[in-house]
Amino acid sequence: MNARILAATLLVLALGASAGMATAATPAELLSAYARASGATPSAERGRQLFGATHGREWSCSSCHGDRPTGTGRHAATGKSISPLAPAFNAQRFTEAAKVEKWFRRNCNDVMGRECSAAEKADVLAWLVTLKP
Amino acid sequence: MKRIVLGALAAALAASAFADGHEGKHRARAPLLPQYAQECGSCHVPYAPRLLPAASWRDLVARLERHFGTDASLDAATAKAIGAWLEANAASGKRAASAPPENRITRSAWFLHEHDEIAPATWRRPAIKSASNCAACHAGAEQGVFDEHDIRIPR
Repeated sequence: MNARILAATLLVLALGASAGMATAATPAELLSAYARASGATPSAERGRQLFGATHGREWSCSSCHGDRPTGTGRHAATGKSISPLAPAFNAQRFTEAAKVEKWFRRNCNDVMGRECSAAEKADVLAWLVTLKP
Repeated sequence: MKRIVLGALAAALAASAFADGHEGKHRARAPLLPQYAQECGSCHVPYAPRLLPAASWRDLVARLERHFGTDASLDAATAKAIGAWLEANAASGKRAASAPPENRITRSAWFLHEHDEIAPATWRRPAIKSASNCAACHAGAEQGVFDEHDIRIPR
């Protein structure tokens, strides 16, 4: 699915879900939008593996976010601290469709050398929402 | 005679150091553009715009998808707004005269001079990691404050 169409889908979903509230969304809404766009059932286990593995480049997702992204991560190049990624540990995560798309675009490019598919995004998000305190 | 020359040299150096510090403090008052702090400050200290000449900022913002080994791409409107603000608040005076290699603040002549007493091993300490991690030693780095009295080098 074309990334622009996906972004538009997410935006429409976010707008519809919370009339008037700009692009506010919930992790569950974003997860179901990615799942719908991929046409497959998300797998938290696949997401966990994708997150922890390298994909032909130097970094994995966990290089900056940590193996279990429930605590503060650290940027692999600059050392800057990165607030927790799992939504149960950071209420601001996965609440804005455009921001989520921006970071998937940048970080998938760094880790995999390409954009992630909707299925891959759904898998990672499906795993992240399973992480609980 | 030798002593007088040395004395004059020391005075000149002190004056230039004071001028730099003074300029730094004065210009640090300009608040960060919220968009800049948000977009660029996620991965690194939102470096104060006065730390690079306008030409360096222009070049950096034009190639954000290949930004020191990472993809830092932005939508066109955001990049334009941030770029305009960076250029408007860029280095002035002596520091504006020459762009550092690879647009790296840490390779600017003034940066190397200010940090010439820091040993290579100190930069590599786990708590510091890189010369780009200003906030490791400069508590006010996020606000663009690099006061000499505000430095604590972690062990």
